[in-house]
Amino acid sequence: MSALARTAAPRPRRPLMTRRARSEAASTVFGLLVLAVLLFPLYWMVNTALQPGAAMAELRWFPSTLDLGNFQRAWESQAGNLLTSILVALGAVAVCLTVAAPAAYALARFRLRGADTVVFGTLITQMVPGIVVANALYNAYVELELVNSYLGLILADASLGLPFTIVLLRAFMVSIPEEVLEAGMLDGGGRLRVLVSVVLPMSRNALITGGLFTFLFAWSDFLFALTLNTTDAVKPVTLGIYEYIGAHVGDWGAVMAVAVLSSIPAAVLLVVAQKYVAAGISGGSIK
Amino acid sequence: MTMTATARRRRGNLTKWLFIAPALLYMLLFFGYPLIRNVVMSFQDYTFSTYFTGKAPFNGLENWRAVFANELFGASLWHTLVFTLGSLAGQFGIGMALAVFFSRRFPLSGIMRSLLLLPWLIPMVVAGTVWRRVLDQETGVLNESLQALHLTSSAVPWLSSPDHALLSVVLVNIWIGIPFNMVILYGGLQEIPAELREAAVLDGAGPVRTFFGVTLPMLRPVVTVVLVLGFMSTVKILDLILALTNGGPAHSTETLGTLTYQLSFLQLDFGQGAVVGNVLIVISMVFAVIYLRANRGGAAR
Repeated sequence: MSALARTAAPRPRRPLMTRRARSEAASTVFGLLVLAVLLFPLYWMVNTALQPGAAMAELRWFPSTLDLGNFQRAWESQAGNLLTSILVALGAVAVCLTVAAPAAYALARFRLRGADTVVFGTLITQMVPGIVVANALYNAYVELELVNSYLGLILADASLGLPFTIVLLRAFMVSIPEEVLEAGMLDGGGRLRVLVSVVLPMSRNALITGGLFTFLFAWSDFLFALTLNTTDAVKPVTLGIYEYIGAHVGDWGAVMAVAVLSSIPAAVLLVVAQKYVAAGISGGSIK
Repeated sequence: MTMTATARRRRGNLTKWLFIAPALLYMLLFFGYPLIRNVVMSFQDYTFSTYFTGKAPFNGLENWRAVFANELFGASLWHTLVFTLGSLAGQFGIGMALAVFFSRRFPLSGIMRSLLLLPWLIPMVVAGTVWRRVLDQETGVLNESLQALHLTSSAVPWLSSPDHALLSVVLVNIWIGIPFNMVILYGGLQEIPAELREAAVLDGAGPVRTFFGVTLPMLRPVVTVVLVLGFMSTVKILDLILALTNGGPAHSTETLGTLTYQLSFLQLDFGQGAVVGNVLIVISMVFAVIYLRANRGGAAR
């Protein structure tokens, strides 16, 4: 996990610093080119969203004036869905962390027969396709009256982040020194007390990483939103944008504005929590 | 005395298991139960009236027979393989090239690596929507640019022709998957001791030979994990295809995932949908076995 933060091993010293500097500059230029090509579609999304929508033939490469008309229309139709997405994603994070933390702690620290099997099972859940889950879940939800409910979608979305979070937290909790835990037990705390007052505070970074990714997975969820809802009662923005393209195919400006709004969590995450993101991808190795 | 000791230990074990119980129950309900229920459902007859009566009588192998007789099933299976293998080849190739490139470290390389994650972090439906705009035949910026540069004489029907759509979907998915491959491979590259490469260079090996002779063999466990995880997450992709083409035109981008969705949630034939879902699971399972083997080898903790 720390590999990303580590600096490169020292290279053999070269006498010609200028040559090295020149080659580094060339690398930077090439890197910027790669970046420009790969991020162009996202630039185009923002560019389209910022220009008056109707006449697409007149779309410019750069927005000359800041026109927020598209965002206004996007907001009018999607504000409620954005709120739904936030609520569902936060709910999923809460469920996921509450369930994952004690399990990860037990799997990391308690000597239990069968614990390996549970870890094995956690890893293997990745092979279960979402549509297969949805297929069975929909029918179970009909029987349990969880279709078109926040609770139903939150529970389904939490499953997107749970295996990842357990694996990540467990990997971290294994490395907590035994003496720290013993000291907690000696203070008269039970196992649950030790978890809450010692282990969890120490695992802050891992908890944040797990929570952030679960939020992102739940925010990005489309499949469960599509299949576990038959009315408009619970509609996250991913479902909103999908229906919006169908209904407003001419109004690309507004569609792109919705796309920009739906990308905000990802962008914020990159800026605010860069190190957690890198740690999460390489530490959990799960999407 | 021994009795109470055993009893105490047993109670201790029970408390310990209570920590795991919620997660275990959760995973059994949301991953285990669907696996079993799908097998059962594949032998049941779901019709529109199931909606009202709640009854889906068993009908033997009827669903399986119907699905395997359906031409769309074979086509979807083929599209799924092309989509998955094509995506993996592109994502891995470009991801590896970028991982090697960024290992050189130069001004701004850290920020660039982070920014490159964006395509992977945004919701797939959003990525699909954006690309639908970029690839639009009449007004999309890609065709406009290609024609302005005289690279193509006429507008390419990226998503609107059955001959091009699958290729376009693969290209978009490569774009989405590059960051994931790049980050994991980059992490793997940093773990390889620099002395090994330097030794190869001192032995007179060029950069290409050093890469294939030293770097790649050392990276093998990481490569296996990336490819297997990539396979398992790509083979089941649905959001992207629904957002880009809805499986069309003329079913040319229908995959096992979209077919399951079509059968179950549009035709309300959950039995046949379950059959296709089961096939998808079997394909995933083969690769899960490979993954767990690689995992046990200590490639990823």
